[in-house]
Amino acid sequence: MPVAQIEFSGELMDFIEEWKEKPGNLIMLLHRIQEEFGYIPREAAEKLSRIIGLPLAKIYGVITFYHFFKTTKPGKHRISICLGTACYLRGSQDLLDETQSILNIKGDEITDDGLFSIDAVRCLGCCGLAPVLMIDNEIYGKVVKEQLPEIIAKYRSN
Amino acid sequence: MAYKNYILVCGGTGCESSKSDELFKALHQQAEAQGVKNDVQIVKTGCFGFCEKGPIVKVLPQESFYVEVKPEDAKEIVAEQVVKGREVKRLLYRKGEKADSNVKIEDIEFYQKQFRVVLRNCGVINPENIDEYIAREGYTGLERALFKMKPDDIVNELKVSGLRGRGGAGFPTWLKWDLTKKAPGDVKYVVCNADEGDPGAYMNRSTIEGDPHSLIEAMIICGYTIGARQGYIYIRAEYPLAIERLKIAIRQAKEYGLLGTNILGSGFDFDLEIRLGAGAFVCGEETALLRSLEGNRGMPVPKPPFPAISGLWKKPTVINNVETYVNISVIMSKGAQWYAKIGTEKSRGTKTFALTGKIQNSGLVEVPMGTTLREIIFDIGGGIRGGKKFKGVQTGGPSGGIITAESLDQPISYESLTALGSMMGSGGMIIMDEDDCVVDIAKFYMAFCVDESCGKCAPCRIGTNQMHAILDKISKGQGTEDDLAKLEKIGKAMTKASLCMLGGSAANPTLSTLRHFREEYLEHIRDHKCRAGKCKDLVVYEIDAAKCIGCGLCARKCPVPCIAGEKKQPHVIDQARCIKCGECYKACKFGAVIKK
Repeated sequence: MPVAQIEFSGELMDFIEEWKEKPGNLIMLLHRIQEEFGYIPREAAEKLSRIIGLPLAKIYGVITFYHFFKTTKPGKHRISICLGTACYLRGSQDLLDETQSILNIKGDEITDDGLFSIDAVRCLGCCGLAPVLMIDNEIYGKVVKEQLPEIIAKYRSN
Repeated sequence: MAYKNYILVCGGTGCESSKSDELFKALHQQAEAQGVKNDVQIVKTGCFGFCEKGPIVKVLPQESFYVEVKPEDAKEIVAEQVVKGREVKRLLYRKGEKADSNVKIEDIEFYQKQFRVVLRNCGVINPENIDEYIAREGYTGLERALFKMKPDDIVNELKVSGLRGRGGAGFPTWLKWDLTKKAPGDVKYVVCNADEGDPGAYMNRSTIEGDPHSLIEAMIICGYTIGARQGYIYIRAEYPLAIERLKIAIRQAKEYGLLGTNILGSGFDFDLEIRLGAGAFVCGEETALLRSLEGNRGMPVPKPPFPAISGLWKKPTVINNVETYVNISVIMSKGAQWYAKIGTEKSRGTKTFALTGKIQNSGLVEVPMGTTLREIIFDIGGGIRGGKKFKGVQTGGPSGGIITAESLDQPISYESLTALGSMMGSGGMIIMDEDDCVVDIAKFYMAFCVDESCGKCAPCRIGTNQMHAILDKISKGQGTEDDLAKLEKIGKAMTKASLCMLGGSAANPTLSTLRHFREEYLEHIRDHKCRAGKCKDLVVYEIDAAKCIGCGLCARKCPVPCIAGEKKQPHVIDQARCIKCGECYKACKFGAVIKK
């Protein structure tokens, strides 16, 4: 089987070099790879496996165990909707349902134009603003369903 | 150089989410533009705790306490307070609605019953400047430990202080340290659990964001006590600000000779490294966390052996959570005698809580142990939002239970919360009101546990799924009375037989709501009724013909649409097609749509 090729940036290679010999480095390496690609492409996991000499199965065992690691490409804009308890009590499930219906996507899907994907997350840590959603790194607090079309529209144009 | 004014701007995640960073920059620009930049020092601090009213700004020396400050307000604050020395009255926190009821920080109910030990520096110092920590007696505890005490003295100091682990069950900290110290082996580790996974709890994050050095100091002391040279801070990847501040703090501590080789010339070497979690709740369990630190799937292993004997890479390891460590820095600088005076006989010191949910003043609070729930919820938290009725408070997150109105006067301690069928946990405190349905909440927490169960042991893997299926059935009105007995039976089996505390406590929310609100479960089963109207399948919307004026607003809002009627005539909902979204209920201005 031909080996799929993927390019790692110089910074990523430096990071791998720095961490290569440290014990328990796998999770830190995966974080760095996800930072570079927005998710962990299979080819990247294969390449990492060759560099650090760890079986691919072991790497995938770790990737799939942790919620934070994604194996599918996210949309250009990532909408994170908090389903922590405080937000849930203040109606964030409705926000999630409504956002899914506005964008017509579910679960890990991305919109046809590649612009959006939705993550249901647990606690963004600003419970005082519940219910909270975050698009890229911008936080929106005390959101009501009616504001969603307007908030999402801001990201459609760019 | 002394400044005329000091402006403290909250830089916690809550306030930063409400643009406190822009405000901070705007204040700098204004100070420059108005030519007073040498008169004022503008500092970004950690969390003030009063997240409900953020962003928070405090101006010294007047002690002006401004709430909900916007970037646009920067100009006025500089022009009035710095240039003319006058407070900006409209931004001051008000007690009640009257314009002249402005109050200072010490008069605010939110702060009156609080006692800040762990959070002593949050909202006071700039967390990115080690000198400010040192100026507040920082690292004096370390100095005392290294030069005036032997490891045994430190263990004894902790014993006298009565400190117990703040992460959950309340194991005596001195004993943990002592066991690790005495464990054979040359290589030992110090680990901090900062993987705050309980949804709705953010005490540890705020503490690190506001005062990172106080965690670092205690970990160095721990290393010295047990004979470890390496420490790890395992922190949630979802906490970028806390991670950044920790990195800065570690770098500064190294520059000052507080970390690295030959610390303060004592001959003791110790280093710290940050490791990121990756979103697995089970990693709050210490043995799972250690497996994750080793780069593996975070699955727990049976205890014993305890980490004190065989922990990280099978070496003796102390693992404590953030709050426990931060308490130690205070104990070491102020002394165990001082500390032991706070709290109750068996639960000494203070406890931080993240007060959230249907509460008036959401925020981060710290109270002496022994404070009652009523004081926390009603005096500090300001009671329930919107004048609704208090239903219960969930402590300990998905591992805890609900505590009801009749137990509100219980003083808080490890023992009292356990006796009430809940637990101290890390400190999430979620307030529920009459609009919350206990079946819905139990289902919510169980879904969380299904998701987070690591799958290693059968009681948790299968039990959480089965309980969730039954709860789902009940929430749809398809449950039977036998199901309640089944829930209790499975719950008890899970509690006894699970490998770790995730499974061992996953049934708590269900069992405690069953105990306190059995009637509501029965209503779902017998009457197919959800009194809070949360279980969508059980809600029926109807239009009261006597009240309906036939304006047609509900029909226009209905997304199906399934509401019909002539203009100016009472409308009717087609129940067969209704999706129970509640839009008509919200839209009606005449109270004609009834939720049953």
